[in-house]
Amino acid sequence: MAYQQRKIPFAGAIDSNPETKPFFEGCAAGVLKLPHCNTCGKAHWYPRGVCPHCMSQDLAWKDASGKGTVYSFSVMKRAEVPYCIAYVALAEGTTMLTNIVDCDLDTVRIGQSVALRFVPTEGGPPMPMFTQA
Amino acid sequence: MSLNGAAYIAGAYEHPTRKATDKSVALLHAECAIGALADAGLSKSDVDGYFCAGDAPGMGPISMVDYLNLKVRHMDATDIGGSSYLLHVAHAAEAIAAGRCNVALITLAGRPRSEGMATGTTPRAGNVAQPDVQFEYPYGPTVVNVYAMVAQRHMHEYGTTSEQLAWIKVAASHHAQHNPHAMLRDVVTVEDVVKSPIVASPLHRLDCCVISDGGGALVVVRPEIAASLKRPKVKIIGMGEAPKGQLGGAVDLTYSGARFSGAAAFEMAKVKPGDIKYASIYDSFTITVLVQIEDLGFCEKGKGGAFVADGNLISGVGKLPFNTDGGGLCNNHPANRGGITKVIEAVRQLRGEAHPKVQVANCDLAVAHGTGGLLGTRHGSATLIMERE
Repeated sequence: MAYQQRKIPFAGAIDSNPETKPFFEGCAAGVLKLPHCNTCGKAHWYPRGVCPHCMSQDLAWKDASGKGTVYSFSVMKRAEVPYCIAYVALAEGTTMLTNIVDCDLDTVRIGQSVALRFVPTEGGPPMPMFTQA
Repeated sequence: MSLNGAAYIAGAYEHPTRKATDKSVALLHAECAIGALADAGLSKSDVDGYFCAGDAPGMGPISMVDYLNLKVRHMDATDIGGSSYLLHVAHAAEAIAAGRCNVALITLAGRPRSEGMATGTTPRAGNVAQPDVQFEYPYGPTVVNVYAMVAQRHMHEYGTTSEQLAWIKVAASHHAQHNPHAMLRDVVTVEDVVKSPIVASPLHRLDCCVISDGGGALVVVRPEIAASLKRPKVKIIGMGEAPKGQLGGAVDLTYSGARFSGAAAFEMAKVKPGDIKYASIYDSFTITVLVQIEDLGFCEKGKGGAFVADGNLISGVGKLPFNTDGGGLCNNHPANRGGITKVIEAVRQLRGEAHPKVQVANCDLAVAHGTGGLLGTRHGSATLIMERE
């Protein structure tokens, strides 16, 4: 099945929640910035102003490698343009909700290696998605 | 203090409508309240506690309490999605035990069908102050594809098949054929389910619940009041609640909050899953049932596919009769929230008032369990265990 890119909506503005603005600025520059905790050392997802593992607010943004594997996925067939929602387990040890793009969606499988790809949105910066590596 | 036996379900009512173009949501709530109070043999002036969730129009309980002109001294609008009403029963029992009320009324109603809501297939942005929204909405999460990811992972991890999931719908349809109010009364086969169109892989159209208007209500009372009424007594003996989310990015789709809410409820009730005669299990999708059955302890984790196959959930055929009203898959999913109908059918079974074709013989112990919100992102689980006295 030939890949077709649906229109990607963006919700709100990059500073709707001020503490996550650097994430979206990273997206605009083509960099996936992951929040890491300086106290417990763990990355987390989705980004927030407090570490969900230890409640520390001593956080730092680190550039992600852009490598990961498909943890699970579903191809939304009942949509104007079918698309693949997925959880991708990042090399940095945290798992994010995303889309698998730019490939035959019927060939997506759990465990596949995937690589980062930024896809433009309407009304916001491009968002991080993944394609088969 | 254990809450085992702190309260009884005295009234239960399921609105017969499945499409209510001629009634407001508030009126549907009221008609459900009237039905449940009549069922209990109580009246408006007896109600001193009121519970509702996000389907109630207005500001929490305030609007509906005013609409019904109730005089209450306890109210609670905890919203955990479709399982809220199971949690409300538990919170009502807590309030009764604490002396906060004597007669608690719980109502649910809505009309997504009349309003033409594309319930399961449309991504909704919601409020960007909800902290996950900006990181998820662009990726198109709908109700169905988020549950579908749970199914995909279960298949990968445990070898579960679409045919095994289909058995859950088949069992529900066997029950729904006897329910004159059910939206879908035709018995379906495994082949019918797996040949129906894929909505979000690996879930087919027949893996999904119905979209219906309607509602339901429950009346929860203290033991002395239950004893004074004429209806068979349904005692609440176990309860549990648990949220589950993405765990800060340590996502694990193989289990639900039922693992915790179920364990708490069984511990309080001092019974085991093997003792249960009838189970109401939230069935927004077939996969919802499978995961919850495992997490409640009816079978080992990963063995749910084999457990539900070959009619094991069909009343009179299998070991665990479930959703004998046809459930959300075939009967009713009012306001896109199936928790209250789960309690109502369990009450019918315990009273011996289910349809004779699906009534479980000597049904003296039942569980009702719900998942509200989205199984694959964040949800609230609630479990109740009830006993006929």
